[in-house]
Amino acid sequence: MGWFTKRHETAPKPESKEDIWIQCPACKAHIYKEEWEKSFKVCSQCSYHERMTWRERVDLLIDPKTFTELSAKVSFNDPLKFSDAKGSYAEKAAETRTKTGLNESIVTGYGKMGGIKVVVGVMDFRFLGGSLASGTGEKILQAALYALKQRWPFIIVSASGGARMHEGMVSLMQMPKTCAALAQLREAGLPYVSVMTDPTTGGVSASYAMVGDIHIAEPKALIGFAGRRVIEETIKQKLPDDFQTAEYLLEHGFVDMIVPRKDLKNTLTQLLKYYGRR
Amino acid sequence: MNLDFEKPVSEIEEAIADLKAKNPEPSADVKAELDKLEASRLASLKSVYASLTPWQMVQVARHPDRPLIRDFLAGLCSEFIELHGDRHFGDDQGMIGGFATLDGIRVMVIGHQKGRTLEDKIKCNFGQACPEGYRKALRLMKLAEKFHVPVIAFIDTPGAFPGKDAEERGQAEAIARNLLEMAVLKTPVIAIVTGEGGSGGAIGIGVGDVILMLSNAVYSVISPEGCASILWRDGTKAPEAANALKITAKSLLDLKIADEIVPEPVGGAHRDYPGTMAATRKVLVKHLKRLQGLSSKKLLKRRFDKYAAMGRFR
Ligand SMILES: [Zn+2]
Repeated sequence: MGWFTKRHETAPKPESKEDIWIQCPACKAHIYKEEWEKSFKVCSQCSYHERMTWRERVDLLIDPKTFTELSAKVSFNDPLKFSDAKGSYAEKAAETRTKTGLNESIVTGYGKMGGIKVVVGVMDFRFLGGSLASGTGEKILQAALYALKQRWPFIIVSASGGARMHEGMVSLMQMPKTCAALAQLREAGLPYVSVMTDPTTGGVSASYAMVGDIHIAEPKALIGFAGRRVIEETIKQKLPDDFQTAEYLLEHGFVDMIVPRKDLKNTLTQLLKYYGRR
Repeated sequence: MNLDFEKPVSEIEEAIADLKAKNPEPSADVKAELDKLEASRLASLKSVYASLTPWQMVQVARHPDRPLIRDFLAGLCSEFIELHGDRHFGDDQGMIGGFATLDGIRVMVIGHQKGRTLEDKIKCNFGQACPEGYRKALRLMKLAEKFHVPVIAFIDTPGAFPGKDAEERGQAEAIARNLLEMAVLKTPVIAIVTGEGGSGGAIGIGVGDVILMLSNAVYSVISPEGCASILWRDGTKAPEAANALKITAKSLLDLKIADEIVPEPVGGAHRDYPGTMAATRKVLVKHLKRLQGLSSKKLLKRRFDKYAAMGRFR
């Protein structure tokens, strides 16, 4: 639920400077904006992987001019008429929609990846921390069913703090819902690849992100079920720095490989070439 | 143990105890007075429980005397053959299961175990299952599929165990795997929330063809305390969060998440085990008989449609 704390917010700088330079949120090095964008928001100094928008991710993975969005009209719902100390969820979500142009925390669609037809779901952390709610679950379900119909591989790129509290149990039920859709792919013998990016935690890690045929993680991505603070309070000890990182999960057998962003498309394409029935 | 909001009841109970202590051999007059007090105690209990707030229901659902899985097994089943271990790592006491016979129907029971004594509670991690618990549950569900017996999942957990070891052994993967496998398990599954339905830890065994809730049980995406500390930035606002999260059986029936409510006796399940068991048995048997009549093809189609419809509002 990390979207309540805005990360890496910096004071507005003079326009000329901001146009040219980006400061790496991790190592604070100043990088040419052009270089930053060419390296897909990966720091050339410390290889920090900055979060990507869905568009950037689609541009990274999908061949130019081949992407078609699915379920574009599916939007967030407010089944509980939820409001908290700061106001109503409906307003907050509508504001986020205006700001980001997103209807929900995921964009789904199909296209070609290195020439291979695929269905993809790309989560966008900007929409309420990429949280999983009814709209997210519905989009994933529809995308999975589309992959089933076309008999194309399905890829989900996760970036999420977990289930969205504001839709209560309706959010929790998206965990079995998305997994039920993925089970249909499995029964049909269709591949599903899960790409975990920073962060993939809570109800997303405990549902569709962790049941891939192949698990790929981005370097240093936070991946885990419970929050670090909760665990430290429970076991009354400090956790190691690398706890719940992609590297830690690789070591413990929960991801197949850690792939730097520049190699992600090639790796996915290479892997899917092993799938015989295209 | 009476809860804070049961004060009117407690006062009458004190008066009854007082009167009994003063009259070890009660006269006819005292007996009549005691009967009157007992009647008003029941009336008071009924009125308190008729208007519980969601936060008060959380207190009832977590009541130390609330029936736990072993009480349900003892009260509902003529036989229980416990099976142990996940065949990978260990035998989690936070999740138990085995073959059981309920009203002559052979079933597989799985469920969270909170433990009654402090020693037991520690052994069970207070009902917070570890990955090996979810994997044991899955193993037993697969066994149920093979033996053609339905599964009953008793849900009562604050949540999956948030520990270092649990993370290392793949808490997320274990829960996720269960969700996927349960979606296509070729035998009927009944999920019944008897106390606390704590988020991922609950849904990890909760993919039922029907979802039942005891009338004072709660089921939530996050604990009210956790939600309050994040969204209200104040853990003491848990009552507000409990209200906003719509976690009661009635709310979840309205949201079409719970399918049926098992009515608890007056004053809650912890005051009347036999009454609770009778009500639970009646509803379970009804659904078992109905679900056992379905072909596995039809069963799976219905299960898929049920979960696919979750959260569709337009
Ligand atoms: Zn850097």
